[in-house]
Amino acid sequence: MSTKVKETGREPLFHIVRRTDLPFWKSWLIRIAAVVASLLICAVIIVLVTGDNPIQIYATMIKGAVGSPRRIWALLQGVAMLLCVALAVTPAFKMRFWNIGAEGQVLMGGMGAAACMILFGKTLPAPVVLLLVIVVSILAGALWGVIPAFFKAFWNTNETLFTLMMNYIAIQIVSYFTYIWSSNKGNNVINTINADTHVGWLELPASIDKYGYLLNIIIVAVLTVAMYFYLKYSKQGYEISVVGESENTAKYAGINVKKVIIRTMLISGALCGIAGMLLVSGTDHTITPNTAAGRGFTAIMVSWLAKFNPLFMVLTSLLLVFMEKGALEISTVFGLNDSFAAIITGIIIFFIIGSEFFINYSIKKRQKEVEAK
Amino acid sequence: MDNKTPAISMRNITKAFGSKVVANKNVSMDIERGEILALLGENGSGKTTLMNMLSGIYRQDSGQIFVDGTEVHITCPKDAYELGIGMIHQHFKLVDVLTATENVALGMQKKTTGPNREIAKAITEICDKYGFDIDPKMKVYNMTVSQKQTLEIVKTLYRGANILILDEPTAVLTPQETEKLFAVLRNMKADGKSIIIITHKLNEVLAISDRVSILRKGEYIGTVQTSEATVQSLTEMMVGQKVELDIERPDIENKELRLSIENLTCLDRYGVKALDDVSFDVYGGEILGIAGISGSGQKQLLEAIAGLQKAESGSSIKYYAPGEKKESQLVGKNVSEIKRMGVALSFVPEDRLGMGLVGAMGMADNMMLRSYQKGGVIFTDRKTPRNLATKIKDDLEVVTPNISTPVRKLSGGNVQKVLVGREIASDPTVLMAAYAVRGLDINTSYTIYHLLNEQKKKGTAVIYVGEDLDVLIALCDRIAILCGGKLNGVVDGRTATKEEVGLLMTNIEAGRKEAEA
Repeated sequence: MSTKVKETGREPLFHIVRRTDLPFWKSWLIRIAAVVASLLICAVIIVLVTGDNPIQIYATMIKGAVGSPRRIWALLQGVAMLLCVALAVTPAFKMRFWNIGAEGQVLMGGMGAAACMILFGKTLPAPVVLLLVIVVSILAGALWGVIPAFFKAFWNTNETLFTLMMNYIAIQIVSYFTYIWSSNKGNNVINTINADTHVGWLELPASIDKYGYLLNIIIVAVLTVAMYFYLKYSKQGYEISVVGESENTAKYAGINVKKVIIRTMLISGALCGIAGMLLVSGTDHTITPNTAAGRGFTAIMVSWLAKFNPLFMVLTSLLLVFMEKGALEISTVFGLNDSFAAIITGIIIFFIIGSEFFINYSIKKRQKEVEAK
Repeated sequence: MDNKTPAISMRNITKAFGSKVVANKNVSMDIERGEILALLGENGSGKTTLMNMLSGIYRQDSGQIFVDGTEVHITCPKDAYELGIGMIHQHFKLVDVLTATENVALGMQKKTTGPNREIAKAITEICDKYGFDIDPKMKVYNMTVSQKQTLEIVKTLYRGANILILDEPTAVLTPQETEKLFAVLRNMKADGKSIIIITHKLNEVLAISDRVSILRKGEYIGTVQTSEATVQSLTEMMVGQKVELDIERPDIENKELRLSIENLTCLDRYGVKALDDVSFDVYGGEILGIAGISGSGQKQLLEAIAGLQKAESGSSIKYYAPGEKKESQLVGKNVSEIKRMGVALSFVPEDRLGMGLVGAMGMADNMMLRSYQKGGVIFTDRKTPRNLATKIKDDLEVVTPNISTPVRKLSGGNVQKVLVGREIASDPTVLMAAYAVRGLDINTSYTIYHLLNEQKKKGTAVIYVGEDLDVLIALCDRIAILCGGKLNGVVDGRTATKEEVGLLMTNIEAGRKEAEA
């Protein structure tokens, strides 16, 4: 019963080996190299597809993002808003609670703010209205977050579908009220609310804050630091990590899993509510069904790319907003359409995510054949 | 057939993970045709890594593999199959919702296998030939662990394996099932197949193998004829020094009632009685062993005491603090309530990484599982757990790059040291340990026995759920035997025999007779 040994060919040229001990600076070097490489690839594609000079395109993008003080402020505002939503989804994601309902939670927060401004703007004193705006928008966001958490904790419903569907409900509610409150009956547009009195507006005097973004940025900066410490050093942050890793271990350690799920989603929703409030009461002073503008979903990417570290999220949200603003500029200056910018953004993000592979693994070349004994 | 050429020969195999961990270093060894070779080594000595290279899961960094004298390059499991090498892993790779036949058919080309009934026929033939017992139509989720393992072996044989690698096949089997497996292995050997068996149990090595190869810290130490080996000699080759193989059993001092369990009844998650009206006492200063076939209610018993498992009405678990006559009822309380009552209960669960520890966290953060509530109102105290982690790392010689390395990256023995170390550190009055030495090498096992004995001397009530009867009889003062969720007797560890305990584990009538006598 002799078996014929099958020829399996030569030893492969490359094989992959797991890294275990990459120094911190080296991993960042790989990430930076990935961004540079992606820009080179993008340049090739720009030349091939559009025939434009890639350096000009990049210059235009930079100009579009940070070309003037106004643009820098707008960029920072964009970063702050995206970051705020990313901060909101992070505790939920760390707990492995797939909250893809941030879009709806932000909208409901904005809705709460708009409602207070419209309904009480003429009847209550301004400080009271502002207080109401803050409280109601936080509560509205928290409510939208805690409903799916409640069902998850007690009946183990699927939070992904639940939070997703809550988005549609929120959009419909806002659509309905933009119709009810529309400035000219039936055109579904709410003009700037309390434009003359600024009641319910969250703002600093124009002498300090020329563009009206500073307060938003400060609030989000404080929230970022607070979230960093909350997740890393607090008891509740520890509980979130344990529940996320293993519910069994959490129960073993005496953690009340139901309570943690509900509490964390209250926080997640409340932060979304704050984002909605900053958008409506802080900058837009109006509301549309598109006020959240997809941030609820982009924020998930911001959070994951930063591996749930709030400080790194500053960088990842900056990257995404920078690309978005730059893209807008090249689409007008070069007459390229929006999707071209999306292609470039996609390539860059692909490289950044791909660089994680090279951080975790190294590729070894075949060594010289050893003489058989 | 040329009998001189080994079935497999490995020459100078080296495999490293990263730059620090060398799993195998210059290993050269042979496997003959028609022999059973036992591969022996402590945890982390590189046995599984070496076998994974034969079965195509890893690729060696350097070195050569010869099958029947021809050099081969195994780059994926498919290559291994084509060379007739099949591995049965510790964790079965079966699809639960499919039948035995469908699982065998998975991954095969239909044109080579023919329809499922052909496969079913082939399975029956294989079973008849070697003495397996398996129903081709049975769904995998209905199978016992032993049946799943049989299916894995049949699957491998069906694919034409001549060389079978079994990674700790007996770790999950009862003594009877192990005997059955060994009978089958002997039949396969008689048929000319080569079998490599990885195991920690030395008495099994002596019972089944023809030769034993030993690895230590990734290096090949040597191969001996089983007929010339003893438990002592193998242990010394494995550990590299002389080892005391007697388990100590200090005399009981200051025995006092700690737990009084009365009429404890628990349901499992399907609503079936997992524990049925169990009553016994646990004393401080003694080690109480719990014996039983796996799934006889051991898990529910420990979890009920720990406050993780709901007990049915009429159940009672009374706790008596050391030196106090006051009793407190544990039934109906959850983990944190029991903790707040001041009951210093420690629990080393069976599922180490899925329950006792958080795999993604380092040692320091895992220490916090028990203590994170301490510290300020909002922020937790991180310094004490970090110090404790360093202390445990030093005292128990935990091998880890540092205390923030995720514990799931550590070897099984080190994971268990981290867990036991933490549970003991809280000065428990009751210490429960489930299968505390499962999968651990002999050195680590003795460290664990020693730690349990230390606790016993301190007056802790130690409850030890075990599967190895030799150890239970050597270590425990009393042994309570569970059989199908019922308590089938409590015997004295100093006088009980293995046969007596084994009989009580399987036969509920035996327990009744003993009670009457």
